[in-house]
Amino acid sequence: MELFTNQVLSGIATGAIYACMALAVVMIYEAIDHLNFAQGEMAMFSTFIAWQCLQWGIPYWGAFIISVVLSFVAGVIIERTLFRPLGHASILVHIAGFIALFAIINSVAGLIWDFTIKPFPTPFGSTPLLGGVISSHQAGMIVVTLLLLALLYLFFRFTRVGLAMRAAATLPESAKLVGINVGWMIALGWGLAAAIGAIAGIMIAPVIFLEPNMMGGVLLYGFVGAVLGGLSSPGGAVAGGFMVGVLENLAGTYIPGVGNELKLPIALAMIVAVLVFKPNGLFGRVQVQRV
Amino acid sequence: MMSTAQDTIPPIATANPAAPKSALTVPLAASLVTLALLIVVPLFMKNFYVFQLTIIVIYAIAILSLNILTGASGQFSLGHSAFFAVGAYAAGILMEHANVPYPLAIPAAGLICFVVGFLFGFPALRLKGVYLALATFALAVAAPPLFKLGTFEHWTGGVQGLLVTKPDAPFGMAISQDRWVYYVTLTIAIIIYLLSVNLLNSRSGRALMAIRDNEIAASSMGVDLALYKTLAFGISAGFTGIAGALSAIAVAYIAPDAYTVNFAIALFLGMVIGGVGWLPGSLAGAAFIVLVPNMAESVSKGLSGAVFGVFIIAVIFLLPNGARQLAYFVYAQAKKLAK
Repeated sequence: MELFTNQVLSGIATGAIYACMALAVVMIYEAIDHLNFAQGEMAMFSTFIAWQCLQWGIPYWGAFIISVVLSFVAGVIIERTLFRPLGHASILVHIAGFIALFAIINSVAGLIWDFTIKPFPTPFGSTPLLGGVISSHQAGMIVVTLLLLALLYLFFRFTRVGLAMRAAATLPESAKLVGINVGWMIALGWGLAAAIGAIAGIMIAPVIFLEPNMMGGVLLYGFVGAVLGGLSSPGGAVAGGFMVGVLENLAGTYIPGVGNELKLPIALAMIVAVLVFKPNGLFGRVQVQRV
Repeated sequence: MMSTAQDTIPPIATANPAAPKSALTVPLAASLVTLALLIVVPLFMKNFYVFQLTIIVIYAIAILSLNILTGASGQFSLGHSAFFAVGAYAAGILMEHANVPYPLAIPAAGLICFVVGFLFGFPALRLKGVYLALATFALAVAAPPLFKLGTFEHWTGGVQGLLVTKPDAPFGMAISQDRWVYYVTLTIAIIIYLLSVNLLNSRSGRALMAIRDNEIAASSMGVDLALYKTLAFGISAGFTGIAGALSAIAVAYIAPDAYTVNFAIALFLGMVIGGVGWLPGSLAGAAFIVLVPNMAESVSKGLSGAVFGVFIIAVIFLLPNGARQLAYFVYAQAKKLAK
């Protein structure tokens, strides 16, 4: 039983990473109706910016804010210059664009900061809690994720801009008619997603270390968490992220023959199994289409 | 993601019903010229370039099969690297462990992949858009570790991979192994191409396109959605498996790490660059994903990824419909000049 609780707790700790990323994924999905394959690389770049600021002697929270603000701006710029001109091109073309963005960001980060692994500081310290299962940084990360979720909830529920963004995402035509600038709402969605990605990256980096390829696996888990929880629900995405972390850990512990190599495939297989029964994720809205 | 189906442009008539059958149309002439080049040029190339061309043709087969799935039936796959790997391993194991000659191992690999793809098509039936993308993605992620698994090591060679003997040309023909493999590949590619064109022009092909354009309308016209969607998955996987088998023979080595998600993404990219739903574009897309990364490498070593990305962006901005658009543009200009 103790083994079980420990595994669940450490699963929650890794799950916090995925939950963070899943939140960014859902954010962009709400805004543009696609999954952004370059999201992880954008977050990685933001984290490098924060790291660079720290190297220049800027205090932690200053670097944090600079990175988040710059990421927001960069997100808006990417939308304006790259994806807005693509406009109504087929979704497949958009995905090719994401792949291109992925390749460019990864390669540029590698050139500027090279591919060596760098440690990243944490503001929460790293004292072990609960008998060493979870570190204070991981606890801090969970708190930050939940805080972010609460803020997003308030933003989308009670602010004019938040409501306008939701309207633009669900019914663009009608949103236009009531005077919402749909194009800018999408750009704003990109900016917010990039900013959340930056926070996720900065929170994750102390755990998995900083390097240009750090996000590959994390983004995948983020997608999985988001899809499992339901892409239309930020709360679901966070829950999904935690669930993936726990599932992965339990599979690694209790199913014989599952080493580190097979953890991911097993988690994915479980998720596909879930999707077959709940095609819109566990907490997602069921999409009703008018014929 | 939901609108994958509606966004793809209707397929081009591969055969123009209005024209008399015997007339030599421009598209037909262009295909014949391409074919002639593919047959003749390798005779004058160094073995290494012949090998590269073989790889391009093999990738073209894989992209073609992805085109059948996405372009015709509107389903979406980021997992074709897995089917490719299954084909490669099936052929490799049959040839090395069961001593099956390669002319039999290749179709056998295709058949095995057809079954695997058909079965995978069933859970895929329930999923749409991103969810399907994720499920296929899971397949691509799961494949390499499974092939590396210790339990199957006797068959798959585990992490080490599997060496495959490259066949010699039969009847003592005086051409190198590389050239022989190339011509085998080309022949199979042509057969698959013709099969695919005929498939898409047949009743089943129209059923698939009807599903792509509007599922509800298709089902009310009496199209069996489940059957056709799973069949599309099966056929696409089967052709990809043949491509995988050919690659195992051409490279003479199967490495589990060659079939990662990146490969699946590359195939997807090749399809978009070639033009979704346009079968001849598969060759252009394959050439892009094989040659452009090399080119990018030679432009700048450190920034090769960035150069590659810029190339992709240039293509999707200038030609959002891929090589198809270029071909049609050239065709239209040529017509104008002729007038």
